[in-house]
Amino acid sequence: MKDNWVFKRHEDVSIVLCGEAGQGIQTVEHILMQTLKLSGYHVFSSEEYMSRIRGGSNSTLVSVSSKRISAPVDRIDFLIPFSPGAIRHVQKRISPGTVLLGEKNIYEKEYRGGRAIDIPLSQIASEVGGPIYSNTIAIAMLAGLFKVNRDILDQYLRHHFSGKEEAIVQKNLEAARRGYGVSEELLQNGKIQIDLKRNQDIKNEILMDGVEALAMGAVAGGCNFLSFYPMSPSTAVAVLLAERSKEFGIIVEQAEDEISAMNMVIGAWYAGARGLASTSGGGFALMVEGLSLAGMIESPLVVHIGQRPGPATGLPTRTEQGDLLFALCSGHGEFPRIILAPGMIEDCFYLTQKAFNLADQYQVPVFILTDQYLLESHYNIPSLDPVRFPLQKHVVETKQGYKRYQLTGTGLSPRGIPGFGKGLVVLDSDEHDEEGHITEDLDMRTTMVHKRLKKLDLLMKDAIIPDLIGPEDYEILIIGWGSTYHIIKEALERLGRQDTAFLHFKQVYPLHPNTVDYLQKAKKKMIVENNGTGQFARLIRMQTGFDMDQKILKYNGLPFSVEELEVQLKSVVD
Amino acid sequence: MDTNLFDQGEIDIAWCPGCGNFAILNALKQALSELEIRPENLVVVSGIGQAAKAPHYYKCNFFNGLHGRSLPVATAIKAANPGLIVIDESGDGCMYGEGGNHFIHAIRRNPDITNIVHNNMVYGLTKGQASPTSLQGFKTLVQREGVFHEPFNPLALAISLGASFVARAFAGDVAQTKEMIKQAISHKGYALLDIFQPCVTYNKLNTYAWFKTKTYYLDSSHDPHDRFEALRRAWEEEKLPLGIFYLHPRPTFEEHLTAYQESEEPLYKRTPDLKNLSQWIDSKRGF
Repeated sequence: MKDNWVFKRHEDVSIVLCGEAGQGIQTVEHILMQTLKLSGYHVFSSEEYMSRIRGGSNSTLVSVSSKRISAPVDRIDFLIPFSPGAIRHVQKRISPGTVLLGEKNIYEKEYRGGRAIDIPLSQIASEVGGPIYSNTIAIAMLAGLFKVNRDILDQYLRHHFSGKEEAIVQKNLEAARRGYGVSEELLQNGKIQIDLKRNQDIKNEILMDGVEALAMGAVAGGCNFLSFYPMSPSTAVAVLLAERSKEFGIIVEQAEDEISAMNMVIGAWYAGARGLASTSGGGFALMVEGLSLAGMIESPLVVHIGQRPGPATGLPTRTEQGDLLFALCSGHGEFPRIILAPGMIEDCFYLTQKAFNLADQYQVPVFILTDQYLLESHYNIPSLDPVRFPLQKHVVETKQGYKRYQLTGTGLSPRGIPGFGKGLVVLDSDEHDEEGHITEDLDMRTTMVHKRLKKLDLLMKDAIIPDLIGPEDYEILIIGWGSTYHIIKEALERLGRQDTAFLHFKQVYPLHPNTVDYLQKAKKKMIVENNGTGQFARLIRMQTGFDMDQKILKYNGLPFSVEELEVQLKSVVD
Repeated sequence: MDTNLFDQGEIDIAWCPGCGNFAILNALKQALSELEIRPENLVVVSGIGQAAKAPHYYKCNFFNGLHGRSLPVATAIKAANPGLIVIDESGDGCMYGEGGNHFIHAIRRNPDITNIVHNNMVYGLTKGQASPTSLQGFKTLVQREGVFHEPFNPLALAISLGASFVARAFAGDVAQTKEMIKQAISHKGYALLDIFQPCVTYNKLNTYAWFKTKTYYLDSSHDPHDRFEALRRAWEEEKLPLGIFYLHPRPTFEEHLTAYQESEEPLYKRTPDLKNLSQWIDSKRGF
């Protein structure tokens, strides 16, 4: 390998950490992201990993940038392999510009097509005190390349290892010193030149993933009951809320199955709680019976589906937008619903918060459709405002003679709860009369069907308008929904076409009536979806009659990368 | 004490004349009156089946939900508002068949609810198929050669799982059934009351006369705190014991919930602590 190259970047740098499960890659990612952000860089990370606890090959992308960055790229600038299998795992992404920083014995056999610098991480680690310190050395080496202030890293390490004895803290600090030494050498000999602009305002921004934003949004929305059965990638929501259960007064119960979880959440709403059912596609399949119950008894309900590839067990730790039509059509019988699909971390917070108000107001199930990619991507955002959608409670105190399904003309009946007021709150999964008693009066049946379906008009009026990004006078319209927001946006920016705009939907059902105007204006309409059949395209046709001219679909379990989407968009718009 | 407090007046009841459900309904209304429970403070949860229609026939808040799913609903209602009195009332098919998994785990969870199971050993609403508690050899239009499956023994299962209250009554004895309902409701924790109930239309085997000759009451020599003795009684087959088999007082699900450690307020009265939430958000700015 010739050694006369120089690595230079001044806008963004993409680092890939790759190794086996259990090697602590997440810790490296976590500390690196925090300290880079505290040094004034924009950061983004995204993980892809196997469904196993030890071994295999997992990789994490950490992007560092002088501009806001919220989407994954394929390009690898720095590859840090923690195991021999790592090289093979990311082989397709290695380019002549890639610089591998790692141990020769890990990369020499299989590494082709890129540059490499032998960093004797194990040797340095054993000098410090053992192989366990190689992660801290790697963190410090990378932080050093970005000129992260030593104090920031030392403080963060002290914070991170605060539960450990002082000797271990000291050794980690020593490991950091050695890691910095490595980076200083690399920078001094001029082989690596990184010159990213920093912005001190970023220091004070918040850094989190979709899961955290969603859990916080639930709290902001007044969620105080969650029942679930563990299933990737949704479990993390329950774990976070369980951790905060005492602080926020939230009941978190692990149910015996998702059937129970769903019925518990509905029972909790009946008693006046604000309940969340959080699951993934397979778990939601079991909840569908309960969903239909919520439809019949007009129970508010918030369901979070963290999508992963199916059918059946599918790819448990990967991503897909494959459950949109399932969510849309789930549940026997006919009843209205709302489906929200956060496009970014901020949406995870605000839409979840809003979901609880919507459910309470309209007494319908509200879905939040996320996916593994969105839930587990981290990046910095300015802030979140807990009172943007103030809590609106719609429960009424009942009077004697209260009728749960009183006909009001709008389809909405004042919702009472047992134990609050003098009335009795009666409901039945059978068709029922105004009081809630079982009925086989078929005129009443017709009346009640009208009452329930009428709410769809209200939901449409209150639907979120899609976001138009790009020129208003577009000829080509790219359509996306949910988690692909930033990826499509960045790919389009790279494309730099004046005739092309992007229409993003964070509410995918019911569609806002204005949707038709956006579609009508376009000469050519293209949809980008992380699934195999173009489910949102079908939904749009169903609701508006408009067909897509082109579909760009990806369904191998990974999100689109900005580069691949740019190439695909280019090939269809030209 | 107003014994009419729970009466619904003139209503159309969907049960067959002579059905054991009527006796259970009367016993329950009397028990509720004697316990001076107010209808607005009572929530009855039921599933689907003939027994599950019961809450339509007396004054209460009720949640007549899905077949087999009443226990998770009842558990959550009690958890969301521990001040409510929660009764889960359904049939043997609902509780022990479709809802079997929930039955197992509700016992383990120990919410402070009363689980009344109308056990007539047959499916009434779907017209006479075998139920989990049907005796072997019981013939139906489906089980044409007679039931082959080992009958489900709810009491033995509940005792094995450490249920906090396990009892059995017979609808033919309203006075004793009422007493047992009162004890079950007064008990703190999950209370299973299985009630033998003749189905006059679809079960010609387990009739009033059959239950009368086949059952006897446990006397004071039975120690309900002795789990193995309780189990032995639950497995008696020659004669079927009635009464309180097993008592196993332990903390309830609601008592254990961390959500009630700082405040006793039911969930509907709560609003999120936005100050703490802001702090949580701020913690993501650094360390």
